[in-house]
Amino acid sequence: MEIKKTSLNKLHQSNNAKFVEFAGYEMPIQYSKGIIEEHKFTRSNSGIFDVSHMGQLFIYGDETLTEELEKIFPLDLKNLKQNCSKYSFLMNEDAGIYDDLIITKIEEGYLIILNAACKDKDFEILSNLLGSKFKMNLDNNRSLIAIQGPKSVEILNSIINGVDQLSFMTGNWFDSDNQKLFVTRSGYTGEDGFEISISNDKAEKFVENLIEKGAQLIGLGARDTLRLEAGLCLYGHELDINKTPVEANLRWAISKSRLSNGGFIGSKKIMNQMQDGASQIRVGIKPEGRLIAREKTKIFNHTDKQIGEITSGTFGPSVNGPIAMGYVDKEFSKVDTKILLEVRGKKHPANVCALPFYKKNYVKGVN
Amino acid sequence: MSEVKFSKEHEWITLEGDVATIGITKHATEMLGDIVFAELPEKGSNVEKDGTAGVVESTKAASDVYTPVSGEVVDTNQSIVDDPAKINEDPEGGAWFFKLKIKDQSEMDSLMNKEEYDKFAKETSS
Repeated sequence: MEIKKTSLNKLHQSNNAKFVEFAGYEMPIQYSKGIIEEHKFTRSNSGIFDVSHMGQLFIYGDETLTEELEKIFPLDLKNLKQNCSKYSFLMNEDAGIYDDLIITKIEEGYLIILNAACKDKDFEILSNLLGSKFKMNLDNNRSLIAIQGPKSVEILNSIINGVDQLSFMTGNWFDSDNQKLFVTRSGYTGEDGFEISISNDKAEKFVENLIEKGAQLIGLGARDTLRLEAGLCLYGHELDINKTPVEANLRWAISKSRLSNGGFIGSKKIMNQMQDGASQIRVGIKPEGRLIAREKTKIFNHTDKQIGEITSGTFGPSVNGPIAMGYVDKEFSKVDTKILLEVRGKKHPANVCALPFYKKNYVKGVN
Repeated sequence: MSEVKFSKEHEWITLEGDVATIGITKHATEMLGDIVFAELPEKGSNVEKDGTAGVVESTKAASDVYTPVSGEVVDTNQSIVDDPAKINEDPEGGAWFFKLKIKDQSEMDSLMNKEEYDKFAKETSS
């Protein structure tokens, strides 16, 4: 299959991107300054991320759409205000996660942002669940640009006036350069920032404009170190079809009002696990010293019993040390529990720790 | 000091008497990206030509460091373990990895000179 390219591919090239294949797309892993510089620039200034490979699924319908979606997602969508966003999951009957996603209530429907590697399958699953009653559009004509970091609000507001009035996890349509952009105040770096849905033919010029105002392009490499420092899950690593939201320590994302009556796919398993606890749970892990424990590193207790596995591990540039997340047996999930990580045949000491590794700077309320 | 020689695994080596100094090439560091971890062989241990003698990790991945010649490890560079970023800054100078007392100087013969290595690096990276 031919590799897919986003509308910003030429711009990446002219900015000396190193490319990798990711979910069938040719994506920039880093630019000439490298992952650590890009990471730090995002934390201190403003980084631009091409996330156009992600799916933008628009679903339109009347109030029965909300009812149907509540049978799928563990959310209180009836009480979700227009232009407000929620983090959620598409699950199977066993509460195994097909995908994690952001759903926003828009005029006459919903916008769901899906992971690139999952989006086609998600569309198929949702089409089967919803039938043909609602208009569904996995929109390939729009790009998705994230701008993240403390200076992003000033930079973006100078191009799209009014975005500074958005609170975290809300969005709206804005007019700019004779077209409608959907902007949400959100992101996946642990920084204040925005995601902008924009038509493909306008995306390059828009990003060039952001660069002119002082933002810089950031690759997937730094996106990964940023999200890991922020303690955020990445599908295919922390989350997959064999993990539930309770095991992933994401019970905060399940609306309380939905837990008493259930009625969403996977609700039985979720309610059982909420009551009894899960046998394994996702935790933050800090190796002692500088050792990096990568994905699939085995975790042991002090009597040589394997108690879990690392799902992501790297060097955190802002933490200035190695960081990891993984799943451990419930009895080892308490903060400060001493564990051992097997790297290159040797066991090295590490500690279970609280997430995030790096404190968030989200803007909660503007007014 | 002898001419700098290079291996296909992107190590450089210089020889002074029977003690060789070994590190990784600038080209290798450019391929790896930001280096954030280094592990060196133990002083007093013996390493075999083309065997692993250390590890470097970038933000992206871990890579083995090989030794281009056999010998006994007589010194290691602790400063790159404490501050791995030095490897990106000065790979073919201050950020050497280890020194070996070598047994067989003829093991150097099959290694590349600078011109040959530059050509090799260019061909293999494109």
